[in-house]
Amino acid sequence: MSDPTKMKAVAANGVTEVRALMQHEMETGRRKDESGKLVPAWYITDFKVQHNGRTVLEGQFGTSVSKNPFLVFRFKGGKAGDKLALSWTDNRGEKRNDEVAIG
Amino acid sequence: MQENDHSTIDSSRRKALKAGVGLGLFGMFATLGLLPKSAWAAVDRKVFDAKSLKEAFQAMGGLAPADSNLVILDVPETAENGAMVPVTVESKFPRTEQISILVEKNPTALVENLTIAEGTEGFITTRIKMAQTSTVIALVKADGKFYKAVKEVKVTAGGC
Repeated sequence: MSDPTKMKAVAANGVTEVRALMQHEMETGRRKDESGKLVPAWYITDFKVQHNGRTVLEGQFGTSVSKNPFLVFRFKGGKAGDKLALSWTDNRGEKRNDEVAIG
Repeated sequence: MQENDHSTIDSSRRKALKAGVGLGLFGMFATLGLLPKSAWAAVDRKVFDAKSLKEAFQAMGGLAPADSNLVILDVPETAENGAMVPVTVESKFPRTEQISILVEKNPTALVENLTIAEGTEGFITTRIKMAQTSTVIALVKADGKFYKAVKEVKVTAGGC
């Protein structure tokens, strides 16, 4: 079971700034463990951020996104108390969906 | 007027065919709309397998992005830890549709591909892995056209 995405969203002057830290190993499939065995690729492939159900940002990751993918972005609109949800899927088919209220 | 229409169709068809060659037969069928919708995701993901910048641009539809000073790429000159290199891309184009980040000398060139919704700013900060010293490319799609900004990052300890 994966850990929840750490997320903070602050609305000011009609713009909401979102900072998100997804919790994921993001294994490239090229790293070897201590016994010299290749660690299989394991990484987030897709994510989506929705504000009150409307997609504001979505994307696809390859294996070169750092461990615990970090994103900062801004969108017009959003006010304190609105719901912001970030969902992701990884290459093993695991999914997460986490929500915060805009502050 | 009609002639114009024809030339547009021809050029987009040429591009589609070119992309088809880049992606192999599977890609070509997809480009021609012969695959069910669920197969599109697989085609989409193929761009992440591209081993070089050239291959990646080809897989993305035969792109030849122009350098633009409206695309601002902020990266450190030197990264001591290639596992976590901060990258900020800002597009000054009024309607930015997509921001992608590529690393020329990584085992696979495309790092991430972000779709910017209407009302979302053409701005992103993220962290990427770099295997070695390389150029980093910020690719921006705005009004249907592709632009780029390129900078080199010296990597002390690779992180791929």
